[in-house]
Amino acid sequence: MVLQDIIFWLLAAIMLAAALGVVLVRDLFRAALLLVTVFLAVAGFFVLLSAQFLAVVQVLVYAGAVAILLVFAVMLTKDVARGNQPNRLRLPAAGLAGLALAVFIAVAVTTGWTPLPPSVQEQAALVQTQASGGTTPEGLEQAGISGEVQRSQAQRATLADLLLGEYVVPFEAVSVLLLAAAVGSLALLRGRPQG
Amino acid sequence: MSCRLAADNVLYGNPLFRWVYDLAGSALPCWLAYIIAGLVVMFIVVNGVLAGTAVLTWAERKLLGRFQNRVGPNRWGPFGLLQPMADLVKLLTKENLTPKGADRLVFNLVPILMMMPTLLVVAVVPFAMNTAVADLSIGVLYILAVSSLTILAIFMAGWSSNNRFALFGAARGVAVLVSYEVPVVLSLLGVVMVAGSMSLSGVVEAQAVPFLLVQPIALFVFAAGTSAELNRTPFDVAEGESEIVAGYHIEYSGIKFAIIQASEFGGTITASAVIVTLFLAGWQGPLASYLGWLWFLLKLGLVLFLFVWVRATYPRLRTDQIMAFSWKFLLSISLINLLATSLEIYWLRGAERALTTGDLWIMALMNLAIAAACLLVAGRLSQAKVRRVRPPLPVAASGTAAREAR
Repeated sequence: MVLQDIIFWLLAAIMLAAALGVVLVRDLFRAALLLVTVFLAVAGFFVLLSAQFLAVVQVLVYAGAVAILLVFAVMLTKDVARGNQPNRLRLPAAGLAGLALAVFIAVAVTTGWTPLPPSVQEQAALVQTQASGGTTPEGLEQAGISGEVQRSQAQRATLADLLLGEYVVPFEAVSVLLLAAAVGSLALLRGRPQG
Repeated sequence: MSCRLAADNVLYGNPLFRWVYDLAGSALPCWLAYIIAGLVVMFIVVNGVLAGTAVLTWAERKLLGRFQNRVGPNRWGPFGLLQPMADLVKLLTKENLTPKGADRLVFNLVPILMMMPTLLVVAVVPFAMNTAVADLSIGVLYILAVSSLTILAIFMAGWSSNNRFALFGAARGVAVLVSYEVPVVLSLLGVVMVAGSMSLSGVVEAQAVPFLLVQPIALFVFAAGTSAELNRTPFDVAEGESEIVAGYHIEYSGIKFAIIQASEFGGTITASAVIVTLFLAGWQGPLASYLGWLWFLLKLGLVLFLFVWVRATYPRLRTDQIMAFSWKFLLSISLINLLATSLEIYWLRGAERALTTGDLWIMALMNLAIAAACLLVAGRLSQAKVRRVRPPLPVAASGTAAREAR
């Protein structure tokens, strides 16, 4: 489809420009805002892939929560407007960033990209055929089901099955980690008991 | 050339969109017809919300006037109905100031970013049967995600204005928004669990018994939380006039101020529309398939009236009181609600997958009892905790005390 291609390239251009801006802009506050733009563009990509749930979660978590954290960090930083002064940590930082980039690229290239287990794929395929190929649009409409709704419900269901079934241990571990972080930050903030 | 909209498109359920698409698609290429149909629907929805905003500014001032034993705006038009026009013309002709040392780009972006979430939320609200612009299957989550973008806009306003009052206001506003988001999300979780759907139409159809009765705690938490997020009066510390002049929008004037104000009033409308959809059974009522829009508008008017009533009744709270209200009271009752709701669903649903109307009535009775118990206990606890503020020492006495101590 022409429209989807246009939107894809537009989003890609915006995202790359904003990502470059994050690195190159001297004003830290603006850099944080550009980073939020990158997050929103990623959400746009998820929408293009019909992964509405992921797109909304992306907006909720990254643009809603992580961005606020960033902005607060910027506000509490000294001399924000003057930006980062060059210092001795520049070279090690560049090395570290380069290493991280190399790792990401290596992982992206070497991964086989078959993320869903076969059973889930069958389920998704079944829903797809029911939604688009199996019945006519009119029949589906009379039944009160539009394909998108059904498909993304299946998407959500598979996601929930995976999170609370196969990957339940890592999922719960992350929850415990977050709780520990919250309690830890409270303990740090409280300081020493007075007197 | 004729185009067919795929049945799996998000916008397929919207009859207006399909009609315009078919009409435009008979003459134009499909992608252009798609854009045109989208723009037509957006134009209608956006202007509907903005017109509603204008009416709300008039109605709110008129009602506040009556609550305070005044007449309210009555100069232009019958009952002062043309007052919003006069306000708009006044604001349009005012000078558009940008403070010295402000971050111009960010400063000018703020009104747009403020308006955006308000209008985006409307996209998923069904005003009558099959009239949501896009009936997303994750509508509730979408509303939460989109409205969380307001935080960033408020912060940008405070930061870019180069004014410490604006920054204070923004810090207060962000603190309120962040703390009220937690109970609001938890309260909506209960609604979603009972409805078994995150689509707003799904929630409306699940309300054989209005969720006003089935989820009373969730309604209370959601209404309190949204009125805090909208900076409405009991919670409007972000713009406390007597302390920080006007908060984060202190430096905005002219049309930019008008847009920010419109986004706040529009936010009230959209929040009320969400409350009507989630808790008051939306467009359901007698003859719903023909008169759905009428029921929706009546319920919307009722909720808006309640918002104005609350604004006219309660004084502004202090910042620490607002925080305590959210973290100590709203968060705990929404957790209780979540626990009670999930247990009830677990017991009542049994073998079959859907809750019946009878189940909903049982849940309604139990949840109303729990809500009453929560309010009683919380009332007792908060009364026990009211501390008397020690009166300040007279200046002379404290001065002598200090001298003696030295």
